[in-house]
Amino acid sequence: MSENATDGPSDKVIEMEDVSISFGGIHAVDHASLDLHRGEVVALLGHNGAGKSTFIKILSGAYRRDEGTIKVRGKVADIQNPRDAKALGIETIYQTLALADNVDCAANLYLGRELRTRWGTLDDVAMEARAREVMGRLNPRFQRFKEPVSRLSGGQRQSVAIARAILFDARILIMDEPTAALGPQETAQVGELIKQLKADGISIFLISHDIEDVFDLADRVAVMKNGQMVGHAPVSAVSRDEVLGMIILGKCPAGATAGPGAVSDEALAAI
Amino acid sequence: MADPATPPADGAAGSGQFARASDGSVLQRFFRATEIDTRMLGMLGALLLIWIVFHLFSDGRFLTPRNLWNLSVQTASVAVMSTGMVLIIVTRHIDLSVGSILGFVAMVMGVTQANLLPELIGAGNGATWAIALAVGIVLGGLIGAMHGYVIAFLGVPAFIVTLGGLLVWRGAAWWVTSGQTVAPMDTTFRLMGGGPYGAIGATWSWVVGAVACVAIVAMIVSQRRDRMRFSFPLRPVWAELTLAAAGCALVLGAVAVANRYPWPKGIVRRHVAANGIVVPEGETLFIAHGIAVPVLMAIAVGIVMTFVATRTRFGRYVFAMGGNPEAAELAGINTRWVTMKIFIVMGMLCAIAGAISTARLNASTNAQGTLDELLVIAAAVIGGTSLGGGIGTIMGAMIGALVMQSLQSGMVLMGIDAPFQNIVVGAVLVMAVWLDGLYRRRQS
Repeated sequence: MSENATDGPSDKVIEMEDVSISFGGIHAVDHASLDLHRGEVVALLGHNGAGKSTFIKILSGAYRRDEGTIKVRGKVADIQNPRDAKALGIETIYQTLALADNVDCAANLYLGRELRTRWGTLDDVAMEARAREVMGRLNPRFQRFKEPVSRLSGGQRQSVAIARAILFDARILIMDEPTAALGPQETAQVGELIKQLKADGISIFLISHDIEDVFDLADRVAVMKNGQMVGHAPVSAVSRDEVLGMIILGKCPAGATAGPGAVSDEALAAI
Repeated sequence: MADPATPPADGAAGSGQFARASDGSVLQRFFRATEIDTRMLGMLGALLLIWIVFHLFSDGRFLTPRNLWNLSVQTASVAVMSTGMVLIIVTRHIDLSVGSILGFVAMVMGVTQANLLPELIGAGNGATWAIALAVGIVLGGLIGAMHGYVIAFLGVPAFIVTLGGLLVWRGAAWWVTSGQTVAPMDTTFRLMGGGPYGAIGATWSWVVGAVACVAIVAMIVSQRRDRMRFSFPLRPVWAELTLAAAGCALVLGAVAVANRYPWPKGIVRRHVAANGIVVPEGETLFIAHGIAVPVLMAIAVGIVMTFVATRTRFGRYVFAMGGNPEAAELAGINTRWVTMKIFIVMGMLCAIAGAISTARLNASTNAQGTLDELLVIAAAVIGGTSLGGGIGTIMGAMIGALVMQSLQSGMVLMGIDAPFQNIVVGAVLVMAVWLDGLYRRRQS
């Protein structure tokens, strides 16, 4: 699929070009560029604090960029807030999950996009029915629909966050450390889900600080370091060690396309 | 009654549907089946206990129709404001200015009907009360909007904004008439304050009671039908029946009590004379008060606010913001605008409460509503609103207001000195929050 996906520019669903943001003089993201093709899974890797979450939160509307352009399906998009991103079909699963702990599963799934009856009131029953349907697909054993999500286990909360993202026919999905709170079995489930979503033609940004989590799932890896893009490469063209080198040293291997954050061989030799 | 959309109501549901059928004691099964909020039940129990203790210590003067009727009227103003305070505290804000807003708006409403309107539309015009009330509600809304704007869009903490408001609006209330009391109020306006004429009488009280019972049953039926539509688990039929019966009994009981409190003899005599009613020698006519108008207003406010809090998007956003402000923002909720709306609602409720208290006093005074903010906050907190945000019910806060008022009027009946009353109320507030904390920790 990734071979098809790289055919032409028309297939790019997201193009982020020269995006920068700084907080109080610190360049959290420094002229970073990255694109995403239809049905592609791109893993965005880097240390904690490399700027990957910040970079991707610009796409999801949580932060407003200082510079740069974002194109969605070839058109320049002005994403000012999370609503704008959602309107473009971009859904995000945040690292913190961003759930309202005191309300139940259905209320969280529909937060900000509630179903309403013809009198304009909340249609809780319909929302619960849809919630049961979606959760039934993701996590068939889940039954605790009446409880505030604060009482759910880590894995259950994670499935609520994932369900919310796929409930509204997202075409582009951002998953920020989706398996951070999960055990091995649940991590495997999320892996299966990602494959399934990809097969449905959904494009996914997968963010992780751990290469092992994502290497088998991704079509392409992109690495950030100190707010800059070190480079990106199809997973077939690089080895795990090379990617680790990108993450740790900022050394861009031969198989990868170097970004502004790549450290030259001379500089590396000097170290 | 169970309140499906807010979290504390689900307290009894505990471990969810897994454990539904078999385990637990009879009592636990009862609570699980009826989905009654045990916390709310505990509060009602505490209220009943307070009433009984006061009854015993005041030589049987507390649990009388007369005292309970007065209690209901005295509670109305604080109860109205407490419903708005719930939304504010749920979103992790606070409003220290409600007493001062009440004072200022009440003063303006007083001047409007006593000084301005008689000149504009003539004294005793039938629309006076409505115009005065509308002026108050609009003004209250504007003040709330101002507070809300500064809090939500300029980022000044609510504590500071409303602390400033406390001083500003109290000062403004003085400034309207340079401290002079405004009286008397329009006769129709005064109905909002209760009293013999400000109550709807026995017949209409029964009508209201009957309508309420029908509404309770209809609500239970429609909830059940909704759940059947999507084949969700249902409450057992006996639980539904118990709930309906308990709700109706409570309503009809309250009506019966209100109807047991007769008009004072003097007013009955005047009424008899004015209407040419023939009364047999040596007997006095029994004319019941029935439900007081301010109480009906408070109940109406409670119903509307419960509806807003549980059935509308706005209410859902309020609770979601309280539970996790960042998540609400990321979900695309316009949290600033919601915050501003909450304070607008609070301002409007202050105006309604101000109308009730002005009508009851038959005057607007400079000091009206002083320290009400503390009663209102206490009512909300005793009623189970968590200062940590995200948790609270409208009905709980209104019962909380009733608890606060019961304490005060009970101590008055017992002849306890005012300073000592404050000591008790303060201690009870702290204790109630402590107990609530214990209860919640045990729940989770």
